Amino acid sequence: MKPRIITIVAVISIFLFAPMNYGATRPAPEVGRPLAAFKLPAPTIPAERQYLGLSSTGPFTISQVQAPVVIIEIFSMYCPYCQREAPRLNDLYKKIESSPQYKNKIKILGIGAGNTPFEVNFFKKKFKVPFPLLPDKNFAVHKCLGEVRTPYFIVVSNSSSGVPKVIFSKLGKIKDLDKFLETITNKSTK
Amino acid sequence: MSKPVVILTMFLIAAMCAPTSAQTHSLAFKDKVYNPGLLKPRDSELKVKVGHRAPDFTLPSLTGKKISLHQYLNKKNVVISFVPAAWTPVCSDQWPGYNIAKDLFDMYDAVLLGITVDNIPTLYAWTREMGRLWFPVLSDFWPHGKVASLFGVLRSDGMAERAIFVIDKKGVIRYIDVHNINTRPHLEALINQLQKLHN
Repeated sequence: MKPRIITIVAVISIFLFAPMNYGATRPAPEVGRPLAAFKLPAPTIPAERQYLGLSSTGPFTISQVQAPVVIIEIFSMYCPYCQREAPRLNDLYKKIESSPQYKNKIKILGIGAGNTPFEVNFFKKKFKVPFPLLPDKNFAVHKCLGEVRTPYFIVVSNSSSGVPKVIFSKLGKIKDLDKFLETITNKSTK
Repeated sequence: MSKPVVILTMFLIAAMCAPTSAQTHSLAFKDKVYNPGLLKPRDSELKVKVGHRAPDFTLPSLTGKKISLHQYLNKKNVVISFVPAAWTPVCSDQWPGYNIAKDLFDMYDAVLLGITVDNIPTLYAWTREMGRLWFPVLSDFWPHGKVASLFGVLRSDGMAERAIFVIDKKGVIRYIDVHNINTRPHLEALINQLQKLHN
């Protein structure tokens, strides 16, 4: 094939593909499947690194979180639904931390899709969020997780194999917090 | 390398290089948001500059009141946020962020005016999904895009650019960000400008 034709094919291809979003190469997390591999920036607050059981300030994976079960909330500072849900998520954290059954067994963190550290910290301060919220400025993690809408909840169990397994995956409000905790606890032991 | 392999390789490279418009999409808007796809990042020519006096305007707001830029002269710094269209993905996830940042605007003695070229009923329905907005939302619907055109941010398809103007208490433009229409400007860029104005 002549180089000129190859160039034409490439240019036409770019125009053909441009309207499509090839960032969304991964599907939304499915229950029973391994969680897509991604790294998150460690919290800047030492107490939050301690909460997650992280020994270093470098990027970490969910499998490094020192808990059998990890709840991940995909949110955005700009999402009105996430803003409305923020106080309930704080309640969820309090329920976990005040319960001998759940404390140290379930950890929770939020990932701000498309949010900078400034935006995530602003949201955290605004809604007095007690658990770690981590920025995903360039949507890198969001793309790994199938570019889900917000808020989205993923719960994984950290198995001994080192690959977290998805045990819960849901868009939108968690209606009954107690039932949710019971459900994910049961699923994590199966 | 064989011809089919070359063609396939070129297609894959093209697919990987294709521009994307990463964005979040809040459940608050359910399935009502229309995705226009990837648009030309910028499609207008500015008619104002930093250091120039901002052109005055009067527009109807959602509350039924008319809002004029001159009413803030010597009283407040003004942030104008033009967004392209109601019920589109990035716009729907921009003002809700400003809506929780009133404290920051207050801190820098600034008001926010949100403007689109949509009509009042459309803006009413759209902004209700965002919750109760603390800032005025103005309709630049008729004459269509007159104010957007005054600032030089009316696109050839009749939408406004995604643009931010910061105007000081003397009515002078101190910051302009005609943003890529496909992406949301980050909050700190705006807040940093307000902070500079305040210092």
